[in-house]
Amino acid sequence: MLEIKNLQVRVDDQLILKGIDLKVNAGEVHAIMGPNGSGKSTLARVLSGHPEYEATTGEVLYEGRDLLDMDPDERARDGVFMAFQYPVEIAGVNNAYFLKAALNAKRKHLGLEELDAMEFMQLIKEKAKLLDIDQNMLSRAVNEGFSGGEKKRNEIFQMTLLEPKLAILDETDSGLDIDALKTVATGVNAMRTPERAFIVVTHYQRLLDYIIPDFVHVLSQGRIVKSGGKELALELERKGYGWLEAAAEPVKA
Amino acid sequence: MTQLADKLQPWIAAVEERPQGGPRWLQELRDRGAARFSALGFPTTRDEEWRYTSVSAIASTEFRLAAQGRFTSAELEGFVYTDAATRLVIVDGHFSPELSRTSGLPAGTRFGSLASAVVEEGDAVARFLGQLAEFGSRGFSALNTAFLNDGAFVKIPDGVVLDVPLQVVFVSTGNSSSMSAPRMSHPRLLLIAGERSQSRVIETYVGVGDNAYFTNAVTEVVVGENAVVDHYKVQEDGSQAFHVASMHVHAARSATFSSHSFTLGAKLTRNDVFAVLDGEGAECTLNGLYLADGDRLVDNHTTIDHAKAHCPSHEIYKGILGGKARAVFNGKIIVRQDAQKTDAKQTNRALLLTDDAVINTKPQLEIFADDVKCTHGAAIGQLDDDALFYLQARGLTFFEARDLLIHAFAGEILDRVQVEPLKQALESELYAQLARDLAELDAA
Repeated sequence: MLEIKNLQVRVDDQLILKGIDLKVNAGEVHAIMGPNGSGKSTLARVLSGHPEYEATTGEVLYEGRDLLDMDPDERARDGVFMAFQYPVEIAGVNNAYFLKAALNAKRKHLGLEELDAMEFMQLIKEKAKLLDIDQNMLSRAVNEGFSGGEKKRNEIFQMTLLEPKLAILDETDSGLDIDALKTVATGVNAMRTPERAFIVVTHYQRLLDYIIPDFVHVLSQGRIVKSGGKELALELERKGYGWLEAAAEPVKA
Repeated sequence: MTQLADKLQPWIAAVEERPQGGPRWLQELRDRGAARFSALGFPTTRDEEWRYTSVSAIASTEFRLAAQGRFTSAELEGFVYTDAATRLVIVDGHFSPELSRTSGLPAGTRFGSLASAVVEEGDAVARFLGQLAEFGSRGFSALNTAFLNDGAFVKIPDGVVLDVPLQVVFVSTGNSSSMSAPRMSHPRLLLIAGERSQSRVIETYVGVGDNAYFTNAVTEVVVGENAVVDHYKVQEDGSQAFHVASMHVHAARSATFSSHSFTLGAKLTRNDVFAVLDGEGAECTLNGLYLADGDRLVDNHTTIDHAKAHCPSHEIYKGILGGKARAVFNGKIIVRQDAQKTDAKQTNRALLLTDDAVINTKPQLEIFADDVKCTHGAAIGQLDDDALFYLQARGLTFFEARDLLIHAFAGEILDRVQVEPLKQALESELYAQLARDLAELDAA
């Protein structure tokens, strides 16, 4: 589904990702872990098409297409979804209205009929229960005045509505209490199917107790320095990130 | 306020030919207006209050007082914003009984021509007309006063609650022949809301065609004790029009006055609002939304004068500027020594769609009491990039995302309009204008 080859990414003239290779197949959950500044959020953002993240070298193939050549909205409509680390507050735009616009943009792209207000509210009702989204959150402006937990739940709620093929969760667990974390994990696990892939970016192992990954990759200083199964996350939890720093140092000739 | 005397000369000559007749107090009022105007002339950019707005284009044009032009009820249709047929239509400064609909109002309610009210209700009119709209230091108000002749008179008796909105439409028919001098009118609206009364009043200014004309309007609003007045001003003057207007509000104890100003037209717009909260517990809301493109200029000056204690005031002005448009916002809040427990909140926001659009904004707080809460904030800028990206990351195209954000920006003011047909008309007019501006932007 996704193939990243020697991806290098520059932000503000600084090379953050220094050559990433990663292959994600349908049905897989990949966790990307790493210390602060290792480049894990940069990877998530460049995949979603954030304009400030510029890929200088390498390529990313999504279902065989050049992902980096697609506009962010095109990626979204084609099934790439990123749950934001810091969801944006949008004053004056009603959350339900926004969700409907996003869903219909995708349906239109897929050649499906757009949902009317009634059909949409019916759909929302079903999905809202799972993530503990109440009417109040739907009628307020997008993320405005939402608590940290509400914002993250709203992200996952959007994911369940938009049913992406590839979901990227950028530190969705950061700042969540254990109940909110469980709610979010339940939402994600309900979405796991053989057709859908996840990239879960996280700083902490804790999330991976609830969303069990198939693969864990450790990022340090812009490179994947170690890959393994879910047990790698536990190893990181025990040892911390310190021991990785040495591994990330480029070998000097 | 000095200027080349020869430039003012035609104006002084015009003022000499001001309307005559009527009761003595009215003639005296006109005379005083004329004398003040001759002394003051027009403001220049050396005046602090007019620093960013030059009116030399008005001063140097020889406008002629407009005779009542032709305007049909079919033409009027597009500008009537209420379901109910309660409207006054003033064409080129003259009341039009044919186009106006004033029946079915509660007994004692006056809704008609100012000129007739001067005759029929001289005392009530004399008591307030020209009393709020101070013209001692204001050239435009002095000029309007000198030309005082007709306009609209609205009087709501004590305790009357009007469930239909009252609309006053000021029409400028412009000048059909390009050979003759451009026209001017000096319309006046006097609104007296009795104690405990409740009303909604819509002032609409519209123009026909693309000719230059000059509208110099003055509105006086007296809000009695415990009265509620919900006021709207919609300005859709022609693209070459000059629109200068001032509104003067006096709010008595526990009165509630709110005004929503929508500026969609004219080449040059200057709106002054003066609201005096002159009784404990009086509350004032001033909201505004303006749209400017091309080389248009929109200048909003507001003053809220907290004269007594326990008065809250709320103010939000928002502008959307494209092309090389310019805007000015100056929001003055005065808190007098006696006005303890004042709670004043002012917000000014502008969205600049192009690099060439400019806004000059200034909050001005003059606080003489010590136990008060006054906040003000200004935010000027482009659309929020993070919000744009967020929407795009959910599948909306750049253009869809941008339009959604701009509509949301305007929506905050539009949503406060309590007259549903007016709100819908404003939405469609505003969005249509925005769509044209944005299409132009995208083509560039």
